[in-house]
Parts: sequence; structure tokens; C-alpha cells
Amino acid sequence: MNVTASEAVRSPTGAQPVCARLDKVSKLFGPFAALRQVTAELEPGRCYVLIGENGAGKSTLLRILAGLLRPSFGTVKVFGDLEPHDARDRIGYMSHAPMLYDELTALENLRYFSNLYPGRSCLTPADALRQVGLDPDLTRTLGQYSQGMRQRTSLARVLLPAPELLLLDEPFSNMDVESVSQMVELLAGFRQGNRTIVLTTHQREHAAPIADWVLALRAGRVASFEPGSPKIGLGRGGGEPGSPKIGLGRGGGEPGSHTL
Amino acid sequence: MMTRAMWTHLVKDLRIELRSLDAFVSMLFFSLLVVVLFSIAFDPHGEFSRDIAGGVLSVATMFASVSALNQAWAREIRHNVIDAQRMAPSPGAELFLAKVIANFLFVTVVQVILAPFFLIFYNLHIAGQAWLLAIVLPLGTWALVGNGIFFAALSIRTRNRELLLSLILFPIFIPALLAMVRATTSILTGDGDPSLWIKLLLGYDIIFTTVSLLLFDVVFHAE
Repeated sequence: MNVTASEAVRSPTGAQPVCARLDKVSKLFGPFAALRQVTAELEPGRCYVLIGENGAGKSTLLRILAGLLRPSFGTVKVFGDLEPHDARDRIGYMSHAPMLYDELTALENLRYFSNLYPGRSCLTPADALRQVGLDPDLTRTLGQYSQGMRQRTSLARVLLPAPELLLLDEPFSNMDVESVSQMVELLAGFRQGNRTIVLTTHQREHAAPIADWVLALRAGRVASFEPGSPKIGLGRGGGEPGSPKIGLGRGGGEPGSHTL
Repeated sequence: MMTRAMWTHLVKDLRIELRSLDAFVSMLFFSLLVVVLFSIAFDPHGEFSRDIAGGVLSVATMFASVSALNQAWAREIRHNVIDAQRMAPSPGAELFLAKVIANFLFVTVVQVILAPFFLIFYNLHIAGQAWLLAIVLPLGTWALVGNGIFFAALSIRTRNRELLLSLILFPIFIPALLAMVRATTSILTGDGDPSLWIKLLLGYDIIFTTVSLLLFDVVFHAE
């Protein structure tokens, strides 16, 4: 079923505005199209898992949602009618790289970033570190951390300003199984606070316990979308996941916006 | 006025530099090398040394600073920290200003350490008003560092960023370099009035710092 833009502003339940809306979003890097007419609505309190091969456009999509990239064509709105750049204090973005300073300790890094969010009630740096299972009293600098510990510190940085939209690029890479399950539990709790998670992964099975929807990208287009089967921390009291509208960009033509 | 975010950026830069001493050590040795090499190349005893001393000091500072300025954004790029800073709601201009202040302090410390070596190697006796050096050198350093940080940010995503920084920075810095050299030489020799050159330096600093502050957010948030 195609939906009009005005219909797309609200979720099918009509209860809440969508968290983010992408309308025919394309992104070109020179002659290369990283994204092609992607249309999607993200509801609050859901976890969307983006899968796809390298170069499919997953990271580009996250960066556009984060406001770090502007779409070449199409529009992106978050939290109603805001540009992502204007709502960046409400969005948390974690990339492949830790986005932290090697020369500082985890606590120093987090103190630094928490001071950059004036007027926003942040978690304390120590609490954010405890949430991801790290000891805030560690005196080692981040450069001496293992890859998994850096990843956790990076997640703590993202959680610091209590974002309403959490964008995670490959959060499970370089983590052992136990750490992954801890992170999944943490994300499940985060989602229960009616916050939205969009994460990319090559290890779909890791994200399966919290995935409300799984979106596959291929060559910048939405190749498939299917409901997940979340086992923990179901949003909205454990009911059926909502029905996001995902556009199947077919290049050139009108992308069909489907209600699943 | 220094805001909380600017102070946070500044403390972070100072703390990292104190731990690593990367920029400081490279600047100090590079500037010492320039001073020593020039003293070997030219006869450092006699009137001539006073005439060239201002130029040597300025050029030593300039080359040494560029080695640090090239690395000014390296830590932000290394682990994509710059993206986290771009996501934060605090203005980019505060990050810029904090980085300029931090690098200004690094270069000033190098100049203070360099000064006695300079006086010894060039056998200098300051003929003019020595205290004016405390105005000229900071003004010239600010001009160099302010422009350097801005253009280093501009060239951050280019492949030959180190070459590009020198190619952009040096031509733009020429008026400030000229004023710095003339004012320093005038103070060292006691010939002429350095006030005109000091005013030129001050005007240069005000104009370029204002323009950089106004444009930095555009550069900072560019894709």
C-alpha cells in the first residue's frame, strides 16, 4: 500500500509521531550512488537492524540520520519536522572508530564530551561507564584498552547525553560473545525507554534478540525488509512490532512506500 | 569570554600535549636547528646579526609552528573524534578558538625557551625597547597559529594536507610575517619606530581571527 507524505508523518497506530522519516533519500559521492531513493519511517521504541554487504550504504544511511552527511536528493526529518543537524544533541552516533582520544582515560574522555552538552541532563561519566560494564576508576589511557573495551567506552560516550535516537555502526565488531550479550541487554533496556535504535551489523544473529525490523540494503537500495523476532525488551509492552513504512527504491521510478 | 565548552576543549588539548609532548618537542628541536643553522651560515658577530635576527626568529617560529599545526587536527581525525565533536551541540567556533589558544601557548613556550639561545648564538644586545617584543611576538604568533589552525581544518580531508597547509598558509601570512620581522628588527637595532608594524599586526589579527571565527562552523561541518 502506498502512503502519502502526510500519512507517513504518523505511525500506523496514530499514537506517536515517527522518530525519523526518510523520503526518497539518495546520496551520491561523485558518480557513485551510495543510497538510492530510500524511504523509511522509524518509530519510537523500536530497534531497526540494517544488514547488507560492504558498500551497501548502511553507514551512509546512519551518517545521514546523524546529520553528518546531507542527502543529495530527498529529505530527512527527525523528531517531527527537525533537520538531523538541528537535533544532533538528541541523536547518539557510534561509528566503526571509537571517536575517543587515545591519550585520555575513559573517564576523562567522557567528562570531556559531557561538558560539550550544555543544558542537557547527561548521565554522569562514571555512571555511563558502569552501564557498559567498565570500571570508571581505571587509570589506563584508552590507547591501552583492548578493542572490546574501546567499543564499550564508545557506547558509553553515545549513551552519555541520553539520546532519543541511537545510531550504532557495527557495535558488535571485535567483541566476545559475552560482551555482545551484555550489550544487547543494555540496548534492550535503552529501547524500553521509548528510544529508537538503528544499528548495522554483519552478524545478524547477535542483534536478533532485540531486532523489531531487519532491513537489508543492497547497492544503496532497500532489498528486503522483514519483521524481527525480538526476545528481550519488547517495546510497547511486548506487543507486535509496529508497521514501519519502508521504501523499495527501484532507481528512476517512484519508490513504493509499503506498509507491511 | 571563555565558555565552559571552550575551556573543556582547551584543557583537553593541554592535557593531551602534556602527556605526549609531540608538538612541543618537534617544534623546539626544529626551531633550535633553524637558529643554529642560520648562525653557522651567517657571521653572528657584528651589526649584520642584529639586522637578520628578527627575520631568523620569525622564520624559525614559522617553520616550527607549521610542524605542530600540521598535527593540530591529527588526533581528531585518527579515531573520527571530529564526528563526535560535530554531533555535540556546542559551537565549532569554540573548538577553533580553544585550539588556537592551546597552540599559541605551545609556540610561546618554545619562543621563551628559544630566546636565551637566540641571544647567545647571535650575540645580541637589544638596542630598542625590549618590552615591545612581548607585544610583537605574541601578535605575530597569534596571526600564524590562528590562520594555521583554520587552514589545517580546511585541508583536513585532503590527501596532501601537509603540503596544502604550507601552500595556503605562507602566502596569507606574508603581511603578518613582514610586520613581525620589521617590528622585531626595529626593536633589536633601535632604528625606526615599530609602532606602525605593531598596529598592522594587531589589525591583521583582528581581521583574520574574526573571519576565521565566522567561517569555522562552515568548514567544521563540511562533509
